[in-house]
Amino acid sequence: MKRKTLTFLGLLLVLAMVAAACSSDSEDTTTTAAGGTEETTTTAAVAMDSQVEVFSWWTGGGEAAGLDAMIVVFNAAYPNIEFVNSAVAGGAGTNARAVLASRLQANDPPDSWQGHAGQELIGTYVAADQLEALNFLYDEMGWLDVMPETLIPLISKDGNIYSVPVNIHRSNVLWANPTVLADAGIEMPATLDDFFTALEALKTGGMEAPLAMGEQWTTMHLFETIMLASMGPDAWTGLWDGSVAWDSAEVTQGLDDFAKILTYTNEDAAALAWQDAGQLVLDGSSAFNIMGDWQEGFFREVGSEPQTGYIWAATPGTDGNFQFLSDSFVLAKSAPDRDAAIAWLTVAGSLEGQDAFNPVKGSIPARSDGDRSLYGEYLLSAMDDWATDTVVGSLTHGVVANDSWKSEIDTAIGLFLIDGDVAGFQAALVAAQEASG
Amino acid sequence: MQTERETPADIPVPKRKRFRMENWWGVLWVLPSLLAVMVFVYGFIIWTARVSVSAWKGLTPDYTYVGAENFVNLASDRRFHIDITNTAIFTVVFVLGCLLIGLGLALLLDKGIRMEGFYRSLFLFPMAISFIVTGVVWRWLMNPAQGDRLSGLNLLFDNLGLDFLINRWYATPTWGIAAVAIGAVWQMSGYTMALYLAGLRAVPEALREAARVDGASEFQVYRSVIMPLLWPVTLSAVIILGHSSLKVFDLIIAMVGKQVALDVPAIYMWTTTFDGFFFGRGAAIGMVLLVSVAVLVIPYLWYSLRQDSDG
Repeated sequence: MKRKTLTFLGLLLVLAMVAAACSSDSEDTTTTAAGGTEETTTTAAVAMDSQVEVFSWWTGGGEAAGLDAMIVVFNAAYPNIEFVNSAVAGGAGTNARAVLASRLQANDPPDSWQGHAGQELIGTYVAADQLEALNFLYDEMGWLDVMPETLIPLISKDGNIYSVPVNIHRSNVLWANPTVLADAGIEMPATLDDFFTALEALKTGGMEAPLAMGEQWTTMHLFETIMLASMGPDAWTGLWDGSVAWDSAEVTQGLDDFAKILTYTNEDAAALAWQDAGQLVLDGSSAFNIMGDWQEGFFREVGSEPQTGYIWAATPGTDGNFQFLSDSFVLAKSAPDRDAAIAWLTVAGSLEGQDAFNPVKGSIPARSDGDRSLYGEYLLSAMDDWATDTVVGSLTHGVVANDSWKSEIDTAIGLFLIDGDVAGFQAALVAAQEASG
Repeated sequence: MQTERETPADIPVPKRKRFRMENWWGVLWVLPSLLAVMVFVYGFIIWTARVSVSAWKGLTPDYTYVGAENFVNLASDRRFHIDITNTAIFTVVFVLGCLLIGLGLALLLDKGIRMEGFYRSLFLFPMAISFIVTGVVWRWLMNPAQGDRLSGLNLLFDNLGLDFLINRWYATPTWGIAAVAIGAVWQMSGYTMALYLAGLRAVPEALREAARVDGASEFQVYRSVIMPLLWPVTLSAVIILGHSSLKVFDLIIAMVGKQVALDVPAIYMWTTTFDGFFFGRGAAIGMVLLVSVAVLVIPYLWYSLRQDSDG
């Protein structure tokens, strides 16, 4: 009996060590983040006059590498300012935003933080009077001349611009497998009707799910691109400024189109991340996927080549529209070190800073004068469109609606995925606007 | 000063003083945790209760009193209805699954199996893993993909020719949450086994012998002698498993992420508070959770405390 107990205790000990090893994984992430800070401190330690604390959720992958590249530019330009990188890992920013919310409530703001440009920042932080308007910086640096005219209203409130966009991603992109399309004799669809015809042909041809989709937020992503295609850019933008009502007939039409699109998607969507959905297209299990252009980064990462492995176009019915999202940095109203924060924002908006960040992150600069030799085939096509297209905002990625509104719409979409009731869905969307207004 | 400190030995004051000092040391040792509990448990319960009857929405606190409005809204909130249904299904599958499997394993081990310690540890091990790990593993095992993309358990069934068992697991409409509960049963049934095994070992051998002498069959011994003695164990197990199933959060996040179809109150509370900044509503969900756990735990605590003092 005693030996058994000993064996048991021994095994428990081993298990505890395994558990400890597992939990130290999560510690590693923090250490890496802290390690990054340390490196930057040593470079700036030459003459440490002031410091700037920048808060973000860029802790891994191309995002963290891009931030590091921009920090190098910053340190070269302002060697006497120490850069404090307060990045919080996890949940695509959910954790970071929760931490930021509690810091702001405790009146302990970082000098500058990352946020999706648009209502995610304005509706939450401007509403709470936490941000300083940046018009003076835009005037001083001449940024209004190098950023698209249609972008500025989407990142402003009452004529005040509240953030400096560092990068631009496009959300209305249709990705497709060229081999599958060629075999089925299908062209890249240009309109919603073409799209439905193509999906139907593929389904009749025996493809179970011609359109690959992932977990619930990618459904919202699909929703925003289909609504834009169905309603057009003016009505889409009108939904968010109140000039188009959510119970209008054109919304009903858009929801019907969305409901129809969903019938061509995979049944296991809820179990897949966006990368998995992209993989289905590469594998040829599905022909299409609608996802932001970070999908291209994933395609390249797994060794697929543009044109042979994957092709792209604007989501059917949205050609000439650039549905954008952007990571941007803000100036905290009660920034502990305002001058250092402004120095950081100057770098974030500069050509040098953006050309350091974007090629690494796999996005295009918000400025239209980026150095074209630094970007790949897809990104060059996106840069061309960015300079000429009508710019509209993304819902899923925080441009057009604040967090409250977005989370209510997310619930409505989740409920619609369960019951498929379009009328109920529209009623829930109307209620979502009221609840968050 | 110095003269005052040299207190003559025949005065009883120092003795009393020392006695009181010892008393104070005790209080002093307990004080930090007492304060922490007062602030971080009871203080925050009161604060949450206050927020739950406020109109707070957005980043800036807003303590405008709105009465039961948040609770009334929850009552007609379709997502919250799904949460309640999911919690009910999850709790039933989880608690019953753990009790049946736990009891079964305990009875088998109690029959004097060889290498009992080995099996006991084996069954207990899942409990030492965090729900996050369990969630990730079962997410793969119960992959709902069909057709050419079968994987995990479905692929196993396919290879074994048990095609009728292939199903969509957690992607099943309405009952998907039961699949999530299977992961939880796997994790906690070993613990239930340990509870039952302890209970079984506490049944005096003499009682079993007496029953056998009276001519009871082995089945009757279990049914009429042992099972009634295991009731307190079952009660404890139901309380422990039941209250943890009301609070389940991490397992679901790890296994299926945030999706309304598999939503539970704890996840709704988190997303609506920190993704949507509906602090009032989030606090209201928190209070509902607190009360439902209290309904389960308080009678049990009261019962066992009374038993202790009686004993």
